[in-house]
Amino acid sequence: MVTLSEAPTAGDRRGRARRATWALALLTLLAAWGSLATGASGISLLDALGRLISGEGLSLQEQVVLWQIRLPRLATGLLVGASLAVSGAVMQGLFRNPLADPGLVGVGAGAGLGAVLAIVLGGLLPAALAGWFGMHLVPIAAFLGGWAATLILYRVSTRAGRTSVATMLLAGIALGALAGAATGVLVYAADDQQLRDLTFWNLGSLAGASWAKLSIAAPIMAIAMLGTLGLARGLNGLALGEAAAAHMGIPVQRMKNLAILCVAAATGAAVAVSGGIGFIGIVVPHLLRLSTGPDHRHLLPNAALLGAALLVGADMIARSILAPAELPIGIVTALMGAPVFLWILLRRRGLLDL
Amino acid sequence: MIPRRTALGALLALALPLPLLAAEPAQRVIGVGGAVTETIYALGAGDRLVARDTTSTYPGTATELPDVGYMRRLSPEGVLSVAPDLIIAEEGAGPAETVQILEEAAIPFVTIPAARDGAGVAARIRAVGAALGLEDKANALASEVESKIVSVADASASTAETPVRVLFVLSAAGGRLMASGVGTEADAMIRLAGGINAIEGFPGYKQLTDEAVLAAQPDVILMMDRGPGGNHGSANVLEHPAIAITPAGQAKRLVAMDGLYLLGFGPRTADAVADLHAALYPEKG
Repeated sequence: MVTLSEAPTAGDRRGRARRATWALALLTLLAAWGSLATGASGISLLDALGRLISGEGLSLQEQVVLWQIRLPRLATGLLVGASLAVSGAVMQGLFRNPLADPGLVGVGAGAGLGAVLAIVLGGLLPAALAGWFGMHLVPIAAFLGGWAATLILYRVSTRAGRTSVATMLLAGIALGALAGAATGVLVYAADDQQLRDLTFWNLGSLAGASWAKLSIAAPIMAIAMLGTLGLARGLNGLALGEAAAAHMGIPVQRMKNLAILCVAAATGAAVAVSGGIGFIGIVVPHLLRLSTGPDHRHLLPNAALLGAALLVGADMIARSILAPAELPIGIVTALMGAPVFLWILLRRRGLLDL
Repeated sequence: MIPRRTALGALLALALPLPLLAAEPAQRVIGVGGAVTETIYALGAGDRLVARDTTSTYPGTATELPDVGYMRRLSPEGVLSVAPDLIIAEEGAGPAETVQILEEAAIPFVTIPAARDGAGVAARIRAVGAALGLEDKANALASEVESKIVSVADASASTAETPVRVLFVLSAAGGRLMASGVGTEADAMIRLAGGINAIEGFPGYKQLTDEAVLAAQPDVILMMDRGPGGNHGSANVLEHPAIAITPAGQAKRLVAMDGLYLLGFGPRTADAVADLHAALYPEKG
């Protein structure tokens, strides 16, 4: 985060942040258009639109590609990217730690364990139950796992109505190790097909996007993100420390509760529909803080836009570079994000000294 | 999930292609799974293939086809982009989301069951033939392959006085041995070739401790041949400290065979059983 000595310069950067919002909105629109227009099947969006308007109609395959594949995938990409980036920004503000990411509230580890449980032991469910869950068993288990982990962490770190972020950080590490060990046991019990499923789940992908999944996950992500907008002022205050924030009249405990709730919901839903996609939650907030300042009132919406644009862009690369096959998106985000991030750190080393 | 998908495939195989197959056999086929693609070529329908998955590497001409990705991670748009009118896939292909989208696009998705013996291979060939509208050809090939596998396996079983104990090593990377237990394709092949699987304590592939390797007392180490350059794992496996003091390590007996040939359970399986048998019992000439 940012030291107080930077406060005077933050003034100039607020205008920049506002202009950045417009630029990012445009970027997101462009990425969305590009994502809808490109794909392995080479169906042209303009051509399809033209024919729709002229009433000529589309072939069944074109309809499926546009409505059942590209559009749900785009919507999932936008929401997941925005959720991960906003959650990352909130977590870094809440923990006042630049390395914080949504994983710190245990969502990642818990969701991973839930998914692994479903993949390895899903076959043991009674047939009727398995049939009812169908292909949604893994996402549901991941979401529940993420929530369970967050609840446990919250219980552990809350004493007499006060949540200690330091305890939460430490307990999160312990819980992560525990979930990792449980995952390891399950991995040992898995057969080789399940192992491959696990590996691919961990790398993340938007390939499984569908309207059915989105109809459950999208409201959760959207509401959680709207919830974080109310946090902006509080997070700004919190940068001065908890005591100072309380003296400023910020309801610190209520804010923490809301932040943890929103992050767990947004990240849990995001991880459930797309698997583990790393790096967006860390890179996006930092990029924005370095270029447009630490004011959360601009940082949070900008992070949502940049996260959405970045993930949709990464997905475009993931599915066109090897077409007709596709790459897990986690590989693309890390390959693109890590070097860029390192380069920024090297160039602006002074700014990030905490 | 797998039974459900198989049921779906069977349902589609029954319901959808009736007009397609009766009138006009599919002309733009995707083969998913090495053995399935191999079977399509063996039935002389290779010219109808428009794409394949990553595991379809035989015959060599198959690798010139566009690759729609790993069979368990098929990308829906990638599959649709080659405009197929039939997808023939090995059991376990997916994911379910992709299969569902293909169903919505009205593209028949036929699932071919797994096989572990001659009858299984024959059933597979017949299922592929039925999907392609080549029932007669498939019947002939299936009977030929099945009787060949059965006779080779019978010959292997009857001539082996002291069966050889075989340890199938999936990977020896980093000195850690991933070995086959029971219920795998490797286990089935070892039995068909008249050997004994040295590891019977667990199903599937697991990492072995050095003591378990010693206790298994393998006479031969069997591995997949990963081709020139990628072979360092199998080259060093005999020097592995635990394997080195087993009978296999003492006698330096390592058999490496192409993975799809050895474990694919496709039309070449009879030859693979015969080759494996010959490698396990070289003294018979």
